[in-house]
Amino acid sequence: MAQKLYITTSPHVHCGDTIERNMRTVIWALVPAFIASVIVFGAGALIVTATSVASCLFFEWFITRFLLKRPSTLSDGSAIITGILLAFNLPSNIPLYMIVMGALVAIGIGKMVFGGLGNNPFNPALVGRVFLLISFPARMTSWPVPHQMAAYADAVTGATPLNLIGQIVGGNTAAADQLPGLKDLFLGNIGGCLGEVSALALLIGFVILLWRKVITWHIPVTILATVTVLTGIMWLINPVLYVNPLYHLCAGGLMLGAIFMATDYVTSPMTAKGMVWYGIGIGILTVIIRYFGSYPEGMSFAILIMNAVVPLINNWCKPKRFGEAAK
Amino acid sequence: MNTFKIGGVHPEPNKLSAGKKIETLALPNQAVFPLSQHIGAPAVPCVQKGDQVLVGTRIADAGGFMSSPIHSSVSGKVSRIDSVVDASGFRKPAIFIDVDGDEWEPDIDRTDTLALLCTLSREEILDRIRNAGVVGMGGACFPTHVKLSPPKDCNIDVLIVNAVECEPYLTSDHMLMLEHSDEIIVGVRILLKVLGIDRAVIGIEENKADAIQLMQSKTSMVSGIEIMPLKMKYPQGGEKQLIEAVTGRQVPPPPALPANVGCVVQNVGTVFAVYEAVQKKKPLIERIVTVTGKSVKNPCNLKVRLGTPVSQLIEYAGGMPEDTGKLISGGPMMGRPLLDDKAPVVKGTSGILMIPEADAVRRAERNCIRCAKCVQACPMGLEPYLLATASEAGDWATAEENWIMSCIECGCCQSTCPSRRPLLDWVRLAKNRVGGIIRARNTKK
Repeated sequence: MAQKLYITTSPHVHCGDTIERNMRTVIWALVPAFIASVIVFGAGALIVTATSVASCLFFEWFITRFLLKRPSTLSDGSAIITGILLAFNLPSNIPLYMIVMGALVAIGIGKMVFGGLGNNPFNPALVGRVFLLISFPARMTSWPVPHQMAAYADAVTGATPLNLIGQIVGGNTAAADQLPGLKDLFLGNIGGCLGEVSALALLIGFVILLWRKVITWHIPVTILATVTVLTGIMWLINPVLYVNPLYHLCAGGLMLGAIFMATDYVTSPMTAKGMVWYGIGIGILTVIIRYFGSYPEGMSFAILIMNAVVPLINNWCKPKRFGEAAK
Repeated sequence: MNTFKIGGVHPEPNKLSAGKKIETLALPNQAVFPLSQHIGAPAVPCVQKGDQVLVGTRIADAGGFMSSPIHSSVSGKVSRIDSVVDASGFRKPAIFIDVDGDEWEPDIDRTDTLALLCTLSREEILDRIRNAGVVGMGGACFPTHVKLSPPKDCNIDVLIVNAVECEPYLTSDHMLMLEHSDEIIVGVRILLKVLGIDRAVIGIEENKADAIQLMQSKTSMVSGIEIMPLKMKYPQGGEKQLIEAVTGRQVPPPPALPANVGCVVQNVGTVFAVYEAVQKKKPLIERIVTVTGKSVKNPCNLKVRLGTPVSQLIEYAGGMPEDTGKLISGGPMMGRPLLDDKAPVVKGTSGILMIPEADAVRRAERNCIRCAKCVQACPMGLEPYLLATASEAGDWATAEENWIMSCIECGCCQSTCPSRRPLLDWVRLAKNRVGGIIRARNTKK
């Protein structure tokens, strides 16, 4: 026997899954939304996404190479996803230096200070976005109107559906006339952040993630269901003041957040039961912030708040043990 | 179609040797019999260096109730009582016999005629099973007579025959059913008699359609024996998973036994061994072994005398492929790695698997990304990521609180982890420690 044998304990086979494969699938699933953003916002979408991805990759490389002095983690693909998701949470006319700052906060403070991928308690892209939202509230809440293909910084801005919804609740019921139709909302023919405009494109991404078994249905479905139920109740109570729930489902960052941000592996719960509670929490917080908060959109805050609760959820929500009932 | 409810994975089946007829391997020149081929106390040698033995001669007595005797599978001379490294990786005492022919003990019935009738009493049957050294042939090697003597307060109502063979690559149980279905059915009836019950279910995974069909046609006229096709899912052949798939009952956590939910589970290979022991007075001296692997020239199912060196099986299958990086006794999910090809075939050797070096090397582990795939895969409803982290930190209390002793070491978690973390290694370590802590606590009481 000439062969040298490896001695390791079982199991001796692996299904072949890797971090890279999961991340690659997420990137593919983000492609439809990216295409939609380019169709809606033109050059601005390309510039913002490219800058964001490039800066995230740069900061990840820089920090691992020079500050942590560890082997490069660029190849795991997570920095690319953070870059894309950060861009998807920005308006298409945002100045480049702000994107670079957002990327530094997302990668540096959102992820690397905790020890890199796997250790971060908060979704890095959302940390970056919320930093920008609080630091530059004016630039972060002025959204170009769709279809100015060549425009970037000079794009004409306008109110988004969520702005209008806020105005209606504030008493200006006339704003209801400016609301775009549901079809435009579903396809993405509206103003807003890059990645959130087309519910259709995001749902295609959802199907890809489910099909490739990257995520399970629990988090997105419970978030969307909770928002539908809560806004539905309010709509039934007063349809003049509160828009119908379909509007809430398609407007703002709800779909993007529910499908791509809340489902981030590292910062979401580990059991199906935990995922359901987490989803319900995000749904409730989103509706509260949308209707009663000072920001028109509550998705990013809702996810970050629930991220903070995840360790508790993991302690409370244990899987159903085999033989538990019989014990 | 029935299956178990929690977790489970779908590894590539790779049943390369399916449909290959059982071939008989030639006698070895020397046969080696480790004294620990079963769970429980090691057997105690009852022969000495220089003794002449026949096929079927008892060479070691059971070392207690929870133990099993060992018989020679060859005729020849005891050359020495020494030690050998077995699949556990440890050096164990063993009896070495130099083969000089094929003389059998005279009272063993070597004919192929089917012995249908069994007029023995329950105790006589149990005696024959115990004296023949029959143990669980699925790999765990639990002494069969112990399993057939459940605690008095347990009300057994069903015998489950484990013909699932959910381990990838292995086909020995499958082929045994195709070639010895009649003997297996007689064996089942004998076991029913021992247990004093009238219902047996033979669980077979759906990928063995020919075996399901054959067994169904053979049992259609037999009352009390049901063939149950099961949906393919690993680890369905796990005792607890199979009980749930067949009866819907969940065995409570350790120290509860299957008997606590009214079930006794026996591997189909064990049932065949019971038939031979009771009806043919033939001790457990040979078994079916699948020799396989992706690069193996001639994957096959061999009838092998116990004690035969693994190298002889590999040679029959076309030699060890150049690219072999790991040699495994058993299947790829739960099998044990062999140090070399000198190890002997023992009662629990269900397969010899050669894995190419490219698949044998573990990839570098990375941070846990908390994807929860291990939690979804665990058939016992545990959180492998948490247990592994607790183990790494030496936090045995957390491990115990989170049910670590329920782990059946099926390997589902580690085989799905995208970060390639050695989850089961850590869980095994913690299980060992927590088990020790629990035993110490119980003796103090």
